Amino acid sequence: MAVVGILGKKIGMTQLFDDKGDVHPITVLQAGPCVITQLKTLARDGYEAAQIGLVEFVKSSKVNKPMAGHFAKSNVPPVKLVREVTFEPSAPAGDGEAETAIKAGDKVLVDIFSQTKYVDVIGTSKGRGFAGVVRRHGFGGGPKSHGHMFQVQGSIGASSFPSRVFPGQRMPGHFGVDRITVRNLRIRGIDLEENLLMVEGAVPGPKDGYVLISKSKAPPRERRGFGGSGTVDPLKASKKASSKKK
Amino acid sequence: MSIHPVMQRLADKLQRTDLPAFAAGDTIRVQVKIKEGEKERLQAFEGVVIAIKKGPQGSFTVRKMSFGQGVERIFPYNSKVVDKVEKVRSARVRRAKLFYLRGLRGKAARLKEVERS
Repeated sequence: MAVVGILGKKIGMTQLFDDKGDVHPITVLQAGPCVITQLKTLARDGYEAAQIGLVEFVKSSKVNKPMAGHFAKSNVPPVKLVREVTFEPSAPAGDGEAETAIKAGDKVLVDIFSQTKYVDVIGTSKGRGFAGVVRRHGFGGGPKSHGHMFQVQGSIGASSFPSRVFPGQRMPGHFGVDRITVRNLRIRGIDLEENLLMVEGAVPGPKDGYVLISKSKAPPRERRGFGGSGTVDPLKASKKASSKKK
Repeated sequence: MSIHPVMQRLADKLQRTDLPAFAAGDTIRVQVKIKEGEKERLQAFEGVVIAIKKGPQGSFTVRKMSFGQGVERIFPYNSKVVDKVEKVRSARVRRAKLFYLRGLRGKAARLKEVERS
């Protein structure tokens, strides 16, 4: 049994060359180290989860007394950010001795992703303030010249019928600072010493923004060539070999 | 904006160190890996370095004349395609980017050679 996620910070983006020589855009995430601050149990809380906190420097004056007591209970250092993550379904019983149970105070490190190919990342997107429809919803906008306005939205509905604006009409408003999940980012590298995780593609939020990284909920279907040339469909490989003989 | 210390350490780790030092104006021979079907072979691309981009995603631009036609290739420093770089000769230049060479050809496009290690 292990937790499926870890808290981290977005560090920045760079590029990485793989063995084939192809270049990939990667986001560097500082993943952990985290501690388990509390275990939620089926009996007590009605569900199973682990509450983890990202270990970083916290001024003692920034921790209020209820939280200080909460951390002291499980004997962990004070943390700023606390989130709940679920457990991986434990391996089917019968393979040797029972796995070591997780308890509050345990560390969670990047190595939970060492067998994983894809992760989901949850972050808070960059704030754009009060944004218009073109920026916020991707409207086309108007003609740029000939006496027109540029980024206005145009009509928001018909007139006497229905005499109202339908709910859900996309309009200007506050944009950004939303919780955004990006699914299935491929892991391109893990640095256990520095607690770094490198994923391919972009991650929501600014640099130094907090992210929750978890094992992919619905990873892409395994297909031919998935994870390199090592995983070739045996059926198709045999067909290819036989056709070569002819 | 300064680079994040973690990114700096990571960049140092990923940076390749086997390439010799060269500067704009130097003539270098880049051994380029070329894949032909299953086989891999090396092809030399020899020309003048007209620009160097520094940083973790740095690259250098090499210009040569090929049958009277100017050809430029941009190589990322960390590219796996670059197998080896040999320095052929150095020249004295007064600027870091030699894009003015694009407009010159023949005798006018010569650079004054100097000895530099």
